[in-house]
Amino acid sequence: MDRAPGWPYRDNRFHPRSANRGPGPVITLPIRRSVGRLSATTRRVPVPGRAAGAARYGAALLAGGFLSAAAVVLLGLALGVLVVSPVAGLGLPFLAVMTWLVRPLAAVERRRVRWLTGTPVATAYRPLRGPLLTQVRTLLADTGTWRDLAWLFVQIVAGAVGLAVLAGLLAGPVLAVMTPFWVFYSHGSLSKGTLVLAPLGAVFFAVGWWACPRMPAASARLSRWLLAPGENARLRGEMEHLAETRDETVDARAAELRRIERDLHDGAQARLVSLTMSLGMAEEEFDRDPGAARQLVVDARVSARAALSELRHLVRGIHPPVLTERGLGGAVEALALASAVPVEVDVALDERLPAPLESALYFVIAEAMANIARHSEATWAFVRLWPEPGKLRLMVHDDGHGGADPARGSGLRGIGSRLAAFDGKFTLSSPVGGPTELFAELPWHQ
Amino acid sequence: MTSVVLVEDLVLLRDGLTRLLSTNGFEIAAAVDTGPAFLEAVDAHHPDVAVVDVRLPPTFTDEGLHAAIQARHRRPGFPVLILSQYVEQLYARELLSDGEGGVGYLLKDRVGDVRQFVEAVQRVADGGTAMDPEVISQILARRSRRTQLAELTPREREVLALIAEGRTNAAIARSLVITTKAVSKHIAHIFDKLGLPPSDDNNRRVLAVLAYLNSNA
Repeated sequence: MDRAPGWPYRDNRFHPRSANRGPGPVITLPIRRSVGRLSATTRRVPVPGRAAGAARYGAALLAGGFLSAAAVVLLGLALGVLVVSPVAGLGLPFLAVMTWLVRPLAAVERRRVRWLTGTPVATAYRPLRGPLLTQVRTLLADTGTWRDLAWLFVQIVAGAVGLAVLAGLLAGPVLAVMTPFWVFYSHGSLSKGTLVLAPLGAVFFAVGWWACPRMPAASARLSRWLLAPGENARLRGEMEHLAETRDETVDARAAELRRIERDLHDGAQARLVSLTMSLGMAEEEFDRDPGAARQLVVDARVSARAALSELRHLVRGIHPPVLTERGLGGAVEALALASAVPVEVDVALDERLPAPLESALYFVIAEAMANIARHSEATWAFVRLWPEPGKLRLMVHDDGHGGADPARGSGLRGIGSRLAAFDGKFTLSSPVGGPTELFAELPWHQ
Repeated sequence: MTSVVLVEDLVLLRDGLTRLLSTNGFEIAAAVDTGPAFLEAVDAHHPDVAVVDVRLPPTFTDEGLHAAIQARHRRPGFPVLILSQYVEQLYARELLSDGEGGVGYLLKDRVGDVRQFVEAVQRVADGGTAMDPEVISQILARRSRRTQLAELTPREREVLALIAEGRTNAAIARSLVITTKAVSKHIAHIFDKLGLPPSDDNNRRVLAVLAYLNSNA
């Protein structure tokens, strides 16, 4: 079977059948729709050529200008807040609206800075939850809010100063060259004093030549310094993320245990009770009616078999025995064998993963494969797992009709929370018409 | 009398199986609890069949399966019946991959049906197969595709499933309510479609089962 014609990537290295098992290629996926958080490092800003650089510079300058203009409007609003705040109950809503407007503006500036410098600017706002008043309180306590406001003021001042400097640098040489002519025409004689202006014009021009390309970079540095959260805010953001994923993990674990308890209680336990009853009754009947006793023993055996079968299913759901025995590679292969859709498996691991990681990845893959079998109408799929320095990467691809919506379906949410417990994340690309591709990565050190 | 080596680490089950098999006309040559002990016992007693648990000490993974495959490697066709709390098609395929007969793979639950279990042990000892219906149903649950199996008619597939379980032609005829002559005809068609050359019928049956297990690889 050769699937090469259907293979969506031009680069054959990514083909799961290819022999390349080296450190693993860097795959840049055509991400059309994504969930979870994409790591910023996967997008690279290209180094511009000279013409592109000039265009970029002009665009950045223009964007900066617009930003400054917007900042002036917002500053007006801020002054409004100052004026109105003594009026009871009006200051707070104004401030909230103000922040609500500043954040997207700051976001635009972050994008501008990232676009100019190639490195993203970190954000660490505290999440807004609960009733409106609590949200406003969080907003006010967030240093990010105040950083944004500080940036707003600085942006206006820096914008104005920058504009003035730029105007001066452009107009300076022109004026220096024009002045002697102007004096000559109006007075009819050449003033020696005005000739001094010529070299001055040259100096202006040189300074302008040097400074113009550096100004956007300087403004970017300034904005980054103001907008990027401090170490504390970054750590707090990280801590909040950890707390959130831990809560999710704990909840999922608790729900799982409840389900197991219920299954045992209503299933195997109940059957064992009925089995004990049958055997007890058979004991009574033995002397009186051997035929009836035999029937009761048969019933007992049926119950026992059903209990065993239920326990087997339960165990498979908790931790599949084949995972214990064969590790992730073997277990995924067993999954593929049982799958309704032909699945190719390439698990490039030289060693067993730690048990919790193994189990999480198994259930992520099982969920993905179940989704493929259930919804995609795919005729072929592959699962590929490979290590890269510092992380593990997983790719599940199918040639089905696509259109999978990560917002719906608890299965994909389950995948997210299982990965989040290990600080992993995933993206899903599933355009209508297919193919569907799930791409996950999680930190892992050998 | 058929002599058996029993490999099971749980005392409760080992004693139960010993009692069950010895009251049903088998001679227990040895009852051991690890893979190496099993291989030694096979060398020492030359049993007719081994009944082996998949999960054994010290690793409690698939030691039993590996030991069984090793035993068959040393003595091709050595009859082995694997018992397990659950069945994996993957393992069934590995067991049969040497193309020899005398392989069984059953859920431990099947021990409850004493007559059928004893028959299965005897069948494996005689070089036949005994695949658990659960393995078969795993395969049937899949849509079959782009394999030689896709060429089989539904009836032929039913017959093949019963062959995999280890049924004789007469038993297959009974369960499908057709004549044994019809069964032989179906089987001839199956062998033909799977491209199995005429040879010893028992061996061809094993190869057919293997093709069946491999049907989505």
